[in-house]
Amino acid sequence: MAERKEIEIDFGRVETERMRLNVGPQHPSTHGVLRLEVELEGEIVTDVIPHIGYLHRCFEKISENSTFVQVVPYIDRMDYITSMNNELPYVLGIEKLMGIKVSDRIESIRVIISELNRIASHQIAVATFGMDAGAFTPFLFLFRDREMILNVFEKLSGGRLLYNYIRVGGLLQDAYPSFKNDVLDIIRKVRETNVEIMNLLIDNKIFIERTINVGTLPADVAINFGCSGPMLRGSGVKYDLRKVEPYSIYDKFDFEVSVGDGKIGTVGDSYNRNIVRMYEMEESCKIIEQALKFMPDASEDVHATFPKKIAPKGEIYTKAENPKGELGFYIIADGKNKPYRVKGRSPSFVNLSVLPYISKGYMIADLIIILGSVDIVLGEIDR
Amino acid sequence: MGLLDRLDNPYDVGPGILLGTVEDLLNWGRAKSDWYMSFGLACCAIEFMAVNAAHFDFMRFGTIPRPSPRQSDFMIISGTVTLKMAERIKRLYEQMPDPKYVISMGSCSNSGGPYWQNGYHVLKGVDRIIPVDVYVPGCPPRPEAFLEGMVKLQSKISHQAMFRKRQDMSQEDLDAIHNRQVEIERQFQEFQKVQQELKH
Amino acid sequence: MTTKEIFEKLKNEFNDDVISIFDDGMVSEPFITVSSKNLIDIMLFLRDEKGLMFDYLSCLSGVDYKENFTVIYNLFSIEIHHRLTVKVELPKDNPVIPSVELIWRSADWHERETYDMYGIIFEGHHNLIRILNPYDWEGYPLRKDYKAPEEYHGIKVPY
Repeated sequence: MAERKEIEIDFGRVETERMRLNVGPQHPSTHGVLRLEVELEGEIVTDVIPHIGYLHRCFEKISENSTFVQVVPYIDRMDYITSMNNELPYVLGIEKLMGIKVSDRIESIRVIISELNRIASHQIAVATFGMDAGAFTPFLFLFRDREMILNVFEKLSGGRLLYNYIRVGGLLQDAYPSFKNDVLDIIRKVRETNVEIMNLLIDNKIFIERTINVGTLPADVAINFGCSGPMLRGSGVKYDLRKVEPYSIYDKFDFEVSVGDGKIGTVGDSYNRNIVRMYEMEESCKIIEQALKFMPDASEDVHATFPKKIAPKGEIYTKAENPKGELGFYIIADGKNKPYRVKGRSPSFVNLSVLPYISKGYMIADLIIILGSVDIVLGEIDR
Repeated sequence: MGLLDRLDNPYDVGPGILLGTVEDLLNWGRAKSDWYMSFGLACCAIEFMAVNAAHFDFMRFGTIPRPSPRQSDFMIISGTVTLKMAERIKRLYEQMPDPKYVISMGSCSNSGGPYWQNGYHVLKGVDRIIPVDVYVPGCPPRPEAFLEGMVKLQSKISHQAMFRKRQDMSQEDLDAIHNRQVEIERQFQEFQKVQQELKH
Repeated sequence: MTTKEIFEKLKNEFNDDVISIFDDGMVSEPFITVSSKNLIDIMLFLRDEKGLMFDYLSCLSGVDYKENFTVIYNLFSIEIHHRLTVKVELPKDNPVIPSVELIWRSADWHERETYDMYGIIFEGHHNLIRILNPYDWEGYPLRKDYKAPEEYHGIKVPY
């Protein structure tokens, strides 16, 4: 790529009146019901105050009043794009508290569907990010492919979006006979489309010009703000819970932790955050291929390790790598069938809190780009 | 009964000719080009995005997304409405021009859904603040279910009476209309008189 | 480093402010209980001391126990890859605790959320207002004795 020339303009001399602008909560590019109070000087953003809570659905109060099994559907609805990934840390936490060991087949199905859901989530992230930058066609392409993944989930669990599939001590039901072939089909299709998207969107000159050097987040600031997922990896920090603290059977698979490399733009800008998602889709495909090989063929009773009664005792902070970042649950169980306290530490909640820091000094059109690159889901922020 | 249904009707007097009322014509236009307000609330918004995308192609219903309430004909409540959001929804509804319609998508906006019991911050049914035309059940509804809801809304619009029927009016209203006509006639005659005087 | 070694290290540095350690060796998460008096220094020590380097605040949660409120800090070190849980117990009638917002910026929103849900006051926080509930909401929803309101701005709340 040709070298980009920076044009320096001195804004210092002309001062315009400061204006307060309200973006949202029903704005089409706030990805849900986020309200931003933006202070502008002309077109330049001088301050951003996010107002959240427009989708506060009382998850923590409800979970204190439901049994351990009943909490799972509400966890689905936290980050409604990646329900399978959401269920995993909670279920793993309860299983760890109760000392349940599940079979290899169950674990590998869990890993496969989590990675499939990661692909689906990143597809939405890239699609909506493209839409924010003004590209509509990638949205259509990626949603077409996402339908294939949803069809597999539907065959497994009966739901297209919210599954309630991963249960404490097993799964809702075993994978159907043609599961392997379906998943292989998906991987092939995802790889095909990713090449297309790379040509169409990621390597597009207009897209590159819109996104590079916008919203740069240095690595130390990202860590101090508690960012995780592609947000942190985009800043060049190799931090992935699947590698750092392997849960489930992730330690058996060989994959790379993709980070923003700064080949185009600077490390930590919107472009690099987005490209990490593209790389991760490929890594997920690799993991799925290995997991399919690892998965025992013979079908089995996935209810065999179901506990008769779920009443653990103890406290645990259980976490897993969601597509958005580190999803954690602090579970306090006091020996009754209902949790005493479930605190959800959602990645988007923490990732969004860095927005005022990274969007100061950019144009208001860039603010939308930055928000798109953070990839938030409001259901998870507000819980 | 939409305009095109008239093809099988005794009104049909020949090839290419349809006899119908102005109301049918206008309703046909209204039902087949609805502009909706594009905003999403929660999980159902993702399903709604899937409806919008290539596989289900919502635009074949003649719908166009508008980002402003002032340009939209109907609004889709796609997800849980919380108390913090409820005031905003009501204001958005009030900003829409008449005639306006509302599709409530999913259990949450129908009745509070899974949050009905302990959700202290969830509005239990969007119909507590604004009138709803079509309810689509499901958590979230399948895209096909939502499309069925859209068909229901279109048939509702095409059946609506736009003008008040004469036989449905009360005697007072009829008298008022008659008086108004007499008054207009009188004013017109006066106006002519003044004009003739000016000519001379 | 295990929780036990960290506890020894802390005890040497801060004597009485580090109260106890819970480690039953079972599945349950081991944690250290400290007093709220010298919290800022302890947290700064945890973040900056060589060998500890807890540069990442994963989670901050409040709990309403029968006797007291408890604030739980889940720390993680991206440098060294070890984790620690720190608990601070607060009296029910006056739950005030120093803010760690300036140590880990991620505590900003977590503390606001804990204030919103439990009414725990974080001293030194630059903008301690409600975050999830509306700004004029009454009561602290996650307290065990909380009762949902009948009406909010003229809208009926219960089903």
